[in-house]
Amino acid sequence: MSDKSGFDAVFVGGGVIGLASAWRAAQRGARVCVLERAEPPAGATKVAAGMLAPVGELTFGERVLLELTLASGALWADFAAAVEAAGGEATGFRRCGALHVALDRDEAGELRRHHDLQRELGLEAEWLTPTRCRALEPGLVPNFVGGVLAGAEGSVDPRALARALAAALREAGGELRTGTEVFDGLWDGERLVGVRTAPSSVAPSSAAEPRVRSSPMGDKGRGVDVHADAVVLCNGAWSGQTAWLPDEARPPVRPVKGETVELRPRPGEGAPASRIVCSERVYMVPRPDGRLIVGATQEERGFDTVVTAGGVHELLREAYRVLPDVAEMEFAGTIAGLRPGTPDNLPIVGRGAVDGLVLATGHFRNGILLTPLTADTVAATLAGIEPPAVMAQADPLRSSLGRDRPSNDERTRADHAVGAPR
Amino acid sequence: MRVELNGETVELADGTTLAEAARAAGAPESARGIAVALDGEVVPRSEWESTPLADGAAVEVLAAIQGGAETWQLGDREWSSRLIAGTGGFRSLEQMQDALAAAGTEIVTVALRRIDPTAEGSVLDVIDRLGLFVLPNTAGCYTARDAVRTAKLAREAFQTDWVKLEVIGDDRTLFPDAVELVAAAELLVADGFTVLPYTNDDPILARRLEAVGCAAVMPLGSPIGSGAGIRNPYNIAIIAERAGVPVILDAGIGTASDAALAMELGCSAVLAASAIFGAAEPTAMARALRAAIEAGHLARAAGRIPQRTYAEPSTAYEGIPDLS
Repeated sequence: MSDKSGFDAVFVGGGVIGLASAWRAAQRGARVCVLERAEPPAGATKVAAGMLAPVGELTFGERVLLELTLASGALWADFAAAVEAAGGEATGFRRCGALHVALDRDEAGELRRHHDLQRELGLEAEWLTPTRCRALEPGLVPNFVGGVLAGAEGSVDPRALARALAAALREAGGELRTGTEVFDGLWDGERLVGVRTAPSSVAPSSAAEPRVRSSPMGDKGRGVDVHADAVVLCNGAWSGQTAWLPDEARPPVRPVKGETVELRPRPGEGAPASRIVCSERVYMVPRPDGRLIVGATQEERGFDTVVTAGGVHELLREAYRVLPDVAEMEFAGTIAGLRPGTPDNLPIVGRGAVDGLVLATGHFRNGILLTPLTADTVAATLAGIEPPAVMAQADPLRSSLGRDRPSNDERTRADHAVGAPR
Repeated sequence: MRVELNGETVELADGTTLAEAARAAGAPESARGIAVALDGEVVPRSEWESTPLADGAAVEVLAAIQGGAETWQLGDREWSSRLIAGTGGFRSLEQMQDALAAAGTEIVTVALRRIDPTAEGSVLDVIDRLGLFVLPNTAGCYTARDAVRTAKLAREAFQTDWVKLEVIGDDRTLFPDAVELVAAAELLVADGFTVLPYTNDDPILARRLEAVGCAAVMPLGSPIGSGAGIRNPYNIAIIAERAGVPVILDAGIGTASDAALAMELGCSAVLAASAIFGAAEPTAMARALRAAIEAGHLARAAGRIPQRTYAEPSTAYEGIPDLS
């Protein structure tokens, strides 16, 4: 069976990156189709807390990333308004600000150091005494050393955003096929001209599947070919495992596990904070409906998405140290997801190493924040016009992606036989 | 034929190679840190066997102490670098690769609990690429039983019977639990492990760990990640003086002077983790620690002057001509 109609672009992965990029492309008149093996919200989108925090996420040695996050952060208000207007669904976007608190002298030393860096770069961040912090957030623990207010930071509900983007995509004439897994590329010589799909073997609720299958297995007869002038790879943590791409075109993306906890307010009460509240080890993001998302661990555990007792313990203990009121909230659930990590922590967005391939992956900790800029870049790339200049730093062919790494085929466990004499 | 070997004229059979001459001068077969010069030019080791000597040749066999090329023994192996690095906490894999390369390190610690050894494109790929020796640790274990189990899992996962043994007493101080630590060390040594225990700066405990068969002792300078330096240098000196195994300063390094002090106190090596990855410029700090460790090691061997209360002029008074 073959889908002969053909698209201008097909998007592999229906997280917010794929949905937003497809929507922006559709707005420019492209015929687009998004393929998602589960149901949106899926992948890291389903787990992300949705902080839009260029200042709070800044750390030493990541000024290029800061350029990207600031550029995308500046797009957010208009982007959210456009999504909501197009699809008629709320995203939960708020320019709520973020307050980083130091609970003891050690934490204050580290927070001061980061605040110095923020000021050196001219970012909006103000050091506040405990009294001023508590005037802003009365739910804070009484005994702490000080805080930094990053007033321009915001948040969005990624799951709501995914639903709103799906609605906007449909309104713009785009197609979204869920429960559809991509297991092969379609090639015209060296050029990628579409993908081969099959009904997904992944239960919609499952967040983890270690590997895109490299063979159609028993589904071959039911496989559907989706032809397109361009294939956009936007399957996040799984993009590094795209077995049907040649080695040199496969992005060096690895999964980095994160666990988050969701708390719900008791009837008649709101969230225990009105802003994002962070300590050195935890962040808490309030939703407009009073829920509080507590995150997040960061673990190099491959495709493992087990929620561990230790991870939940750590998150809740730290949340309780900062906002004691969380103890009274309803424990609504926990979830673990996989961030798409890259060797240099920068995303991978733009034309790939083979014709017909466009990449939009590797967003690591900043996928939600970088969604508007990524979507504009992908839509411009597909339309053949100049993408935003700042995104040139996310070029898939840049040298810092370590193209000299061994291919998956060359690697064996013997590589790790490190006890052997050299 | 006559050859000048380290300044002495010796009689050697015709056709003697540079390799044979080096052995005659006492150069060990395998040890690194030996350089051989023929008529003033250093010859690569790979060419020693194929380089014949001519009558009147001048051969010098040098032990290259400078630059840390002098080796030290840990477990059953020889090492050149005296800086062991942690791998957790780096901001990116790229940053980790640059910093570890700058550190010149040969051994890196990896936490089994936080790393999936089969995951591709991850921390272990970087370690492989740099050709480093993986030393699994038992970070996050609170009992001997837990630590032994984790060490055995690490042995399977990383194909190594080396383990950096950590048994933590509580999660605020991360100080070792001495009782559990000795118990775990005994069990692991009996099971054939090369055990490197993270321990308190307690000379008696250090001796107990050596007595049960540990291959080194790794006392803390101050709490893990605190960067507070060496809080009790006297104890570290006592541990180093009395130890029959290498002493590796494990925790508390904040900056280069801490690492130099550890070496001056008699440690064989230093482990640094947050001092590197937490620095604003991790690669620069890795380079600084490497240089400090070499400096401290050289200073220790150089034999420092004793500290005095009052001044001691560097020129003696006696025998100074009276020019007035």
